[in-house]
Amino acid sequence: MIIEHIDAQLPGAVTDRHDFRGDQTIVVAKANLLALVDLLYREGFQLLVDITAVDWPERPNAEGAAAAGRFDVVYHWLNLASQERLRVKVAVADGETVPTLAGLFKTANWFEREVFDLFGIRFEGHPNMKRLLTWDDFPGHALRKDFPLDGGDPFCMEGCTAPYNNGERG
Amino acid sequence: MDSIALSRQQLDGDHMIVNMGPSHPTTHGTLRIILELEGETILKATPEMGYLHRGVEKLGESLSYQQFIPLTDRLNYCSSIMNNVGYTCAVEKLLGIQIPKRAQQIRVLVSELARIADHIVCVGVNAVDIGAFTAFLYLFRQRETVYDLFEMAAGQRLHTSFTRIGGLFRDIPEGFVPLCERFLVECAASVDECERLLTHNPIWHDRTKGIGAISPEDAVNWGYTGPCLRAAGVPQDLRKAQPYLGYETYDFDIPVGTTGDVFDRYLVRMEEMRQSLRIIRQVLDRLEPGPVNVDDPKIALPPKEKVYTRMESLIHHFKLIMHGMEMPVGEVYSATEAANGELGFYIVSDGGKNPYRIRVRPPCLPIFSSFHDQVKGGLIADAVAVLGAMNIIAGELDR
Repeated sequence: MIIEHIDAQLPGAVTDRHDFRGDQTIVVAKANLLALVDLLYREGFQLLVDITAVDWPERPNAEGAAAAGRFDVVYHWLNLASQERLRVKVAVADGETVPTLAGLFKTANWFEREVFDLFGIRFEGHPNMKRLLTWDDFPGHALRKDFPLDGGDPFCMEGCTAPYNNGERG
Repeated sequence: MDSIALSRQQLDGDHMIVNMGPSHPTTHGTLRIILELEGETILKATPEMGYLHRGVEKLGESLSYQQFIPLTDRLNYCSSIMNNVGYTCAVEKLLGIQIPKRAQQIRVLVSELARIADHIVCVGVNAVDIGAFTAFLYLFRQRETVYDLFEMAAGQRLHTSFTRIGGLFRDIPEGFVPLCERFLVECAASVDECERLLTHNPIWHDRTKGIGAISPEDAVNWGYTGPCLRAAGVPQDLRKAQPYLGYETYDFDIPVGTTGDVFDRYLVRMEEMRQSLRIIRQVLDRLEPGPVNVDDPKIALPPKEKVYTRMESLIHHFKLIMHGMEMPVGEVYSATEAANGELGFYIVSDGGKNPYRIRVRPPCLPIFSSFHDQVKGGLIADAVAVLGAMNIIAGELDR
């Protein structure tokens, strides 16, 4: 129902959609995210339930391409009036930023920090883009598929070298 | 952050930095809160978390679907059975299967017992933090009974791992129902006793009324769910709004507060315990014999006696353990109403034996993120009261 509405209001914004086990999912381009969120908010999707990401290292990592990019940033919304849920996915390339939703949804603040911490996706305009769960000097981003399950070389934990994110910190 | 705070302190001699935690009796696990104070008044509260981060989501990617169940015990360890139920419901949604009626009823039964245990911890410990020690003792006797019941059912008191994908670890044993019946009577009396100690107690009112008040709009915007959201006046309960496990067939009410302060959260939790007792009563009345696992050897393990005596069951057992279930490719988000709020599991499957990505949506992370807003301008003692009423469980917060 909401998806038809989005199609009418923002034609062409939804690049892909699927319905699996009753979960509605739409994929939008990063450029249309803020307009879509604004629309969703006005339509009553005011409870931002969750923000997370999924790493697909095999996918083409071209910046700017509509459905390409290493990561999917996944948002879950709930409409308290109609109890309708909606999942929105945005593809992002490694090193690319996503506009923050912290201005409209206060709950996005920590969720986005967690995504940054564990995946290394930066959110543009975020008031406090710092790690949430791991410490500031932690080498790498733990939920990336190329981060070793055992944490890798224990001496890396001393904070001398950071091989998992090209030496970049923070 | 510390260095910035300290330099500001040097600029203005009146400000003082106080560390609450990581190991402080009222931090409920290992949390650290950096308080910036002017006298007793909190100017800024900066929560630091991650002390209990174990990488549950990362571990899940290397474990099979069944093997993840023990890790869910360690999320909200006060009501671990509810996490078991929430997780297995998510995998069952991914598989697209329905579990037998008796399994559903027992899941509802243990979930409500766990909700009572969790609310007892929250209310009891909150009262202790504020200084009312007696209420805690009255309630904790009942919590012991709940853990006795869990021990009978699952063999463990805290880390229950009671559910399995497609049903339960085993049926509830003989003696469970009579003890449960006794618990219903005794717990109702204890809840009343605790209410008599606290609800009309002027000291309790002074310490809790108006502390941590939040408007319904703000609560939704902060992503509140569960008792904290309902205390703010939003009647959102997934058991009613998006029923699962047959909750739509039970008769119960959703208590709602008005101001969202610590006192309202306390009242909502007390009433929810009574409503949970009502649900348990109805489950016990309608519990009927039957299987507790789906009759599908590709999902549920065959019974042990068949594994030892029949070739086919042995093969099924071997296949399930070694190769896992055949999972469809897709992604699901499944949410259940845990004691703290909406506990969600987002599972992405690529058809393999292990989940490709498993995300736990903890109910207390969004609630805790509002901590600074809740306590600024208050006193340190208010911060303690708010922290207790939020019911932060670090195991779930940090995962």
